[in-house]
Amino acid sequence: MMADGTKGAPGPARRRARKTPRDLVRGTVAWLDDRLGFSALKPIIRKKEVPVHRHSFWYYLGGMALFLFILQVSTGVLLLFYYRPSSDGAYESVQFLMSNVRFGWLIRSIHSWGANLMIFMAFVHLFSVLILKAYRKPRELTWMSGALLFFVALGLGFTGYLLPWNTLAYFATRVGTEIPGVLPVVGPFARKVLRGGDDVTGATLTRFYALHVSVLPALAFILVSIHVLLVQKHGMSVPPDVEARGGPKRSMKFVPNFLMRDLVGWLAALAILASMAAFNPAHLGTKADTFAAAPAGIRPEWYFMFMFQTLKYLPAHILGVDGELVGIAAFGVAAAVLVLIPFLDRPRPEARPRRLWTWLAYGALLYIIVLTYLGYTMSPTS
Amino acid sequence: MSGQGLSRKRFIDWLLGTSAGGLLIAVLYPVSRYIVPPEIPETAVNSVVLKVRPEDVAPDSGEIFRFGSKPGILVRTASGDLRAFSAVCTHLGCTVQYRSDESDIWCACHNGHYDLNGRNIAGPPPRPLEEYAVNVRGDQIVVTRQS
Repeated sequence: MMADGTKGAPGPARRRARKTPRDLVRGTVAWLDDRLGFSALKPIIRKKEVPVHRHSFWYYLGGMALFLFILQVSTGVLLLFYYRPSSDGAYESVQFLMSNVRFGWLIRSIHSWGANLMIFMAFVHLFSVLILKAYRKPRELTWMSGALLFFVALGLGFTGYLLPWNTLAYFATRVGTEIPGVLPVVGPFARKVLRGGDDVTGATLTRFYALHVSVLPALAFILVSIHVLLVQKHGMSVPPDVEARGGPKRSMKFVPNFLMRDLVGWLAALAILASMAAFNPAHLGTKADTFAAAPAGIRPEWYFMFMFQTLKYLPAHILGVDGELVGIAAFGVAAAVLVLIPFLDRPRPEARPRRLWTWLAYGALLYIIVLTYLGYTMSPTS
Repeated sequence: MSGQGLSRKRFIDWLLGTSAGGLLIAVLYPVSRYIVPPEIPETAVNSVVLKVRPEDVAPDSGEIFRFGSKPGILVRTASGDLRAFSAVCTHLGCTVQYRSDESDIWCACHNGHYDLNGRNIAGPPPRPLEEYAVNVRGDQIVVTRQS
């Protein structure tokens, strides 16, 4: 019996009432699609394919670095809830976070280990792209945005290191900010701007804080957007040796096949980070004392170690110029070369691609590994 | 066979779904606990010695002092009595002040008035201000929480 006392087949009102949750979701998606037009992306996603060949493994590292960057932003935002950027409060706020805040140790340790893993991943991604020559036409800008992104990541590492305001970070920052000071003419000014004064003080801390939580992440966001858009536009690069054998034989769909493999890697990275955080939580050390002598064994983060170690080996004067200045100029030139590689490694009309740049890349990798090893194994007093 | 295939698919769906749910909980639980700030045990202050000397507090005036982590207000009435109260307005927690033109304690936030015994006499405050005991020892003013 109907409410009005009549019998009959279910009317439109009755049929509306039978909507399942799935119908509701579909309706909402259709409503949003009418307004946002995201179904236009469907053919692009369906078309996107990843070539399968013996070097395909290296395709996963960029996505991995991106995942770690997103993880850094998320844990970084959580750290901001408790962190106080002042020389009076920074150390105490991190101490409070580590000892009183529930899971504070976990969030900070994941942020700290995640930073190391992200930079490591960026290193591996950069060298794999370099050795597989993925920067060749038309991917010059993809390479350049990636190289700049790598420098931004190093900047994030350098500025973040100071924020807990502990002894190790304080002196590492004093050394690190001294480096631009040796440049002729602009050096002292650059050092003053970087430090917010003549010395590393609370003013440096607030400056580094601003760079670490706003300027550098904003830059990274812009560069990541450009980088990912360009990867999307040009697709994955096929290495020259695969191309020489007639190109890849197979390919896989980006969605879902490649993305699912990506997800497995991301989950593994998260699990590794969580266990690193649990078994070896980030240290805090002692609070920085600006009037104390630097303790022995002051050293930068591992990714700056090869430069730090190089500067130790350089003699006081090279051809009448300060040794330090020569070293810093050399690293400056190396950084510029790195960004400009797509324009320096011009393709030759002859069949075989040039090997010079591949050997240079292997040489640079070996140099970084050896100098980093020496930095960790040499006695700090020798 | 198709029935078996379906059940296997459903099993895998269930496995993936619960794993994803487990991961979500493993991430959300620490984050939600982290966001809630921990309780900081307040050092219970029961007595403070004020920095001001008794003769420096003029009749018909009042001033704010620190009572632990909260503000207190010391008032000298026109007749010369010293009194102290919590300076936290019982309405919405603003800090009150002494008004010599009305000889009462006043909260500027929502125009609440208390008399010089701390009783809420006008405006929105729902309760009187907590009163502290004031003792003068030599040239020191000691304010103590009444049990």
